Amino acid sequence: MTINEIQEEIIEEFAGFEDWMDKYAYLIELGTDLQGLDEKHQTDQNLIKGCQSKVWFNASLEDGKVKLEADSDAIIVKGIAALLIRVFNNQTPEDIMNADLNFIDEIGLKQHLSPTRSNGLVSMVKQIKMYGIAFNHVK
Amino acid sequence: MTLDINKIRKDFPILQEKVHGKDLVYFDNAATTQKPTQVIDEMVKYYYKYNSNIHRGVHYLSNKSTDGNENARKIVQNFINAEHLHEIIFTRGTTESVNLVANSFAERYIGEGDEVIVSELEHHSNIVPWQLVCEKKKAVLKVLPFNDKGELLLDELDELITDRTKIVAVNHISNSLGTINPIQKIIDIAHARGVKVLVDAAQSVQHLKIDVQEWDVDFLVFSGHKLYGPTGIGVLYGKEDLLNEMPPWQGGGEMIKEVRFSGTTYNELPFKFEAGTPNYIDAIGLGAAIEYVENIGLENIDAYEQELLAYATEKLSSIDGLKIYGTAEHKTSVISFLVDGIHFYDMGMLLDQMGIAVRTGTHCTEPIMQHFGIDGTVRASFSFYNTKEEIDALYNGILKVCKMFVH
Repeated sequence: MTINEIQEEIIEEFAGFEDWMDKYAYLIELGTDLQGLDEKHQTDQNLIKGCQSKVWFNASLEDGKVKLEADSDAIIVKGIAALLIRVFNNQTPEDIMNADLNFIDEIGLKQHLSPTRSNGLVSMVKQIKMYGIAFNHVK
Repeated sequence: MTLDINKIRKDFPILQEKVHGKDLVYFDNAATTQKPTQVIDEMVKYYYKYNSNIHRGVHYLSNKSTDGNENARKIVQNFINAEHLHEIIFTRGTTESVNLVANSFAERYIGEGDEVIVSELEHHSNIVPWQLVCEKKKAVLKVLPFNDKGELLLDELDELITDRTKIVAVNHISNSLGTINPIQKIIDIAHARGVKVLVDAAQSVQHLKIDVQEWDVDFLVFSGHKLYGPTGIGVLYGKEDLLNEMPPWQGGGEMIKEVRFSGTTYNELPFKFEAGTPNYIDAIGLGAAIEYVENIGLENIDAYEQELLAYATEKLSSIDGLKIYGTAEHKTSVISFLVDGIHFYDMGMLLDQMGIAVRTGTHCTEPIMQHFGIDGTVRASFSFYNTKEEIDALYNGILKVCKMFVH
């Protein structure tokens, strides 16, 4: 599936939630289910530092596709990371570079996008895009 | 006197607001307090009718604004019982007040090898300015530790002080843990060894009556916005003789007597330390806030907030897996906590969805978090406009979050 198709799928899923509790319960579920990172990948280099929670992203390039793994000490943040992985994992560096992210806004997680220190979402997206640019260069 | 909380709540327009469609429960009072209409109206009145740059003006408006600013100074003086009006210096807030003292005091009194003592309970604002001057002056920063309840180890202070110690900088109340520190004892110990004391009262002026003469404190600093006043205004109280000895910190208008390229002479106190156009409208707002608080009475406020604290401590302690950080015998209405297996950021985010505003993270006190070996806490801080019903809402909110984490 393309990045946009996956985004559409997520938006549809979230449209089914009646209130905020269902939505966050789902994020908690996603966060719980996401396989974390091996401790050897929980390095400062992979760390995206927000003031409030720690997020690690690890990326590699296999057969021209970007492989992403992530972890966080806060479960909702980890759930959001899981959504980002779902969108970006196995995509080409070029598609990641050029992706237009609209699902975060559409599913009502925009508050986590404010450019404050308290969250890592902006930084997470930025980091993934940086991986896209870097791998595109390597390619 | 029993406070009429419903009547008080009507003074604060923001408390009528809805957040995410729910009634706002504002428990972030240690970060900033809400403003009563009495403060907002007073400031609006000045902007509408009297605004004009103060001091040295010859016209009506300038005199009105000057009077407002100087009247606010008088209100502050009476509020903390300073001996002289010119011992009250307006700053941008607690942080600027500490920076002013750290820089100016160090310039005059601190040299290579001298020592400054802060406590492990301090807000970064009362650590970093001292680190900066110690680095600049090649002085040594020493730290007074606290026990696991969050109480300072007072017995160690006397040992920590040496012939080279120049100043002890300590807070009255910890913003993270709510501990009320034994300031009078700290001042007595320091003064007995000839050491000056700065007290950070940012978290205490809104709860407890402070008398700087009774304490004999050398410097006292606090902010307006945690005292139901506007942001951007703060206070530095300093003893007259010290302030006279200390050099100006910032240069500019207002703070000079005569400017010549061959040499400038400085204005007298308090203007020597107030460079540039003063923040007079906010000073006037601060004056109105202090009058509002005094009208209700700090003793009444403290008694009611202690009631809220006791109620909340009991309720929250009954939650399985909830641990309160900061269990000092003398505490103000602040509860820092964590629930087993739930990150403070998750807790804060979910409580927010229920309209409950708490603060999460390190609260600008990383050394305290390091002491407990944690990354942060959830902090609920109560004011006299909060109610037991709101604490019930927090209690139920936490239970709801806990349920969301059980699979």
